[in-house]
Amino acid sequence: MGILDFLRRKPEPSAGVAKERLRIIVAQERSTRGGPDYLPLLRNELLEVIRKYVNVDVEAVMINLERDSGHEVLELSVALPDIKPAAP
Amino acid sequence: MTEIIVVTSGKGGVGKTTTSASLATGLAMAGKKVAVIDFDVGLRNLDLIMGCERRVVYDFINVVHGEATLKQALIKDKRNETLFVLAASQTRDKDALTQEGVEKVLDELAKEGFDFVVCDSPAGIEKGAHLAMYFADHAVVVVNPEVSSVRDSDRILGLLASKTRHAERGDTTVKQHLLLTRYNPVRVEAGEMLSVKDVEDILGISVVGVIPESENVLAASNSGEPVILREDSFAGQAYKDTVARILGEERPLRFTEVEKKSFLKRVFGG
Repeated sequence: MGILDFLRRKPEPSAGVAKERLRIIVAQERSTRGGPDYLPLLRNELLEVIRKYVNVDVEAVMINLERDSGHEVLELSVALPDIKPAAP
Repeated sequence: MTEIIVVTSGKGGVGKTTTSASLATGLAMAGKKVAVIDFDVGLRNLDLIMGCERRVVYDFINVVHGEATLKQALIKDKRNETLFVLAASQTRDKDALTQEGVEKVLDELAKEGFDFVVCDSPAGIEKGAHLAMYFADHAVVVVNPEVSSVRDSDRILGLLASKTRHAERGDTTVKQHLLLTRYNPVRVEAGEMLSVKDVEDILGISVVGVIPESENVLAASNSGEPVILREDSFAGQAYKDTVARILGEERPLRFTEVEKKSFLKRVFGG
């Protein structure tokens, strides 16, 4: 890099980063949009109950609300950890 | 039939009032009878941008509460015979505006034979913004090529699809128009700013117009005249194109590419 380049240094091209970040956050927010406000709360409480019995990860509980013509389906899936052989 | 257009964005400071003023003026210049209403109760500003701040006697809330007639409150624009401004109230009472009140005023404007009512929404997603968009047939979502503005406008697009009268009735959808403002082609070319295509890709809708960043916008608001009246400015011309597109005309986008300067211009400036 020459001296002149240093003097004329410009901000880094960052539009690509902005686009990628926006793409992800917008997709995420759209997927939860329109759902009832209690979904995140429900998810947390379920997680607490499940954790009383099984040690699952925060990401293990998935709640999905799907709309079909006229009715809504609340889908709940819990990924249980791999079963380890019981200790002797 | 009266068409109601809301100018909204979610984020503040992106150019809603500038857009409302130019859109309303442009529609009036096209021969339409237009009313432009400031919904920003407590923070009146449209009157300044339209240059009629000293002629405000009665406002929107006065009409809602029956303290003034609509005719008394509508301020006739000094440049266009068919353009009228309804100023926001400076009251601090946030509940001064009600859905029934807004509906009453809009119905009355329809009876008076207005072709268009432009609703200048406040920033945010609170009551004022909700009421500004609730009765809309068209929405102009103003967005800057910048992360927080793009994200907020996606939120607004979601609200337009669910929290409006058309959405609740399920009769038609609110027609959405995305307007990209403060666009700087030089910075886009340098990869420092989101491009028109980037914003369209992220939000999944195409733009109805692109307004280039321009010193004329500040100069216009300084002097209280909508920038669309500055026919020599790129921003003014871009607003003219946008109004034409909203009225159904097809026009190619302008001012979105870097202007190639001639050798002489580069040497002598200009």
